[in-house]
Amino acid sequence: MVGGLFIIITSQNYLKKVVGLAIFQTAVFVFFVSLAKVLDGTAPILTKMANAYSNPLPHVLILTAIVVGVATSALGLALVLQIYKNYETIEEKEIESLELKSDK
Amino acid sequence: MFDIFLDDAPALVVVLPLLISAIIAFMPSKIWPWIISIITLLLHLFLSLHLLKEISVSGLIIYEFGNWEPPWGISFKIDGVNIGLQLLFSIFVLVSTFYSRKIFLNEIDYRDSGKAYSLWLLAVGSLNGIILTNDIFNLFVFLEISALASISLIALGAGQNRKALLAAFNYLIIGAIGATFYVIGVGFAYAMTGTLNMNDLVIQLAQYSDGQLAIFAGMSFMLIGLMVKAAIFPVHIWLPPAYSYAPSAVSTLLAALATKTILYFFVRLLYEVFIIYPSYLSLFLDFVLYPLSLLAIFVGTVIAIYQDDIKKLLAFSSIAQIGYITLAFSLKDHSGVASGFVHIFNHALIKGGLFMAVGYFAILYKDRVTLNSLKGFGYKYPITSFALLICGLSLIGLPLTNGFISKLYLFQALYTNQMYFSIALVAVSSALAVVYFWKIVEQMWFSEIKFKSEKEDAYIYLPIWIITISIIVFGLYSTPIIEFSNLSADYLISGYQN
Repeated sequence: MVGGLFIIITSQNYLKKVVGLAIFQTAVFVFFVSLAKVLDGTAPILTKMANAYSNPLPHVLILTAIVVGVATSALGLALVLQIYKNYETIEEKEIESLELKSDK
Repeated sequence: MFDIFLDDAPALVVVLPLLISAIIAFMPSKIWPWIISIITLLLHLFLSLHLLKEISVSGLIIYEFGNWEPPWGISFKIDGVNIGLQLLFSIFVLVSTFYSRKIFLNEIDYRDSGKAYSLWLLAVGSLNGIILTNDIFNLFVFLEISALASISLIALGAGQNRKALLAAFNYLIIGAIGATFYVIGVGFAYAMTGTLNMNDLVIQLAQYSDGQLAIFAGMSFMLIGLMVKAAIFPVHIWLPPAYSYAPSAVSTLLAALATKTILYFFVRLLYEVFIIYPSYLSLFLDFVLYPLSLLAIFVGTVIAIYQDDIKKLLAFSSIAQIGYITLAFSLKDHSGVASGFVHIFNHALIKGGLFMAVGYFAILYKDRVTLNSLKGFGYKYPITSFALLICGLSLIGLPLTNGFISKLYLFQALYTNQMYFSIALVAVSSALAVVYFWKIVEQMWFSEIKFKSEKEDAYIYLPIWIITISIIVFGLYSTPIIEFSNLSADYLISGYQN
């Protein structure tokens, strides 16, 4: 989680920022799934063998969050592509210097 | 036959725009997406009015999706807190959609108008979901739908200025971090209580009356996540570029409603759920929200003075205005919360009107509106300019406008809490608001260049004037806004007093 956040903050490359965001979100998903584990629990399917089940709800929530995460990454990558088409670079510093030039 | 639909009105106000948005996405026509959106939003307004009628009878509607009882199923809750906001939302969205047509035709390729209105309705539906939902995870989903829709809408501004892409990208990254923080908080809350329903959450949290570290960590994560989304001071940096480079119609919708709905949920979370830990709550309000609000008011206003670009100026003044709202919410009593809601209503109208007028100027000028470009506009386009003047005076808080009512109630609330320092700061910042607004007025009416008045487009100035007249009307006759706000505060604060 911290790794993903670190990438977002430090990297100068927009593509890397999107990847960092994906790592950050995935870490949170794993955190949610780990909450669902019940000691000695099995998969939540009704059988006579088991007497404890893992909680299926966090998995379902994360299924939703994964879809949201995919949409976020897709939109992020699409924006990076558009930025590249417009500026011909996706490095933050180069774009900043380009913008400074155009402002003058 | 119609009654069947009316029973499902709480769901329909959210589902209807989302559904129609999918239908109009690939329409290549110039006009049909707009007509369908208008019809949808008229229905939306009708449903909101129906909800108001129901609420005035019963006082509370809990709508369970698929008849799954809470806490298992997702539920929507409509009560005194959000019915006023729902009504404002419905009316404002209709007016701004009416306004948006000519603006979109000028700013984006007409072949994209189907997609633009599809995203527009997506944003409307999901923001409405934020107002109504009673489930903390469901909120995250709506939060992200609205964020992704508005990011795409902001990126549509790239046809005008390629910086819109950078603004949209920064909003995406910062917004997604905020939303993910919120989800971490939800995870902690769920781990401790096993519930996501807000009413049930209060009951479950009560068993940890002495407080647990995991709960406090979760609460802090949720609040910080929402603060990013609501653009409360230090985490506001995504807002000014996003609002100023978006297409003008989009700026109107976002500036007026997007942050307001999230602020509403923020205060609801504070006063409805986290209220069971009064010590944590007052710690957060006194040592986090209160100083940050004061900083937001001060910094936002000062930066706004130095802006040359009018849309950016308005965006920074939004930061200051959000500061006023959070300052009112941090007061922990009835008058504070009520005045916060009053300002949510009034500021939505004021900023909406200002962005509409400036958006029209941007189209007339065919470039970004800076201070210099406004020279003589007061004579050239008198109808719109006069509307801008009234909205601006209301932003400053002059009597006879609704901005004055906001300031009055805020001062009263601060005075009853004996916060004289804040009163002074709010007064100074209002005076500074005169400075940046006067710069605009000076350029528009008092420059050497004189123009003959030119013809203005009725489709654009009518909605602007609807907003402007409502500003004056609510300035003279403020009872509806005050009553809705008091109602909201009654519902929220009753829990705090017990």
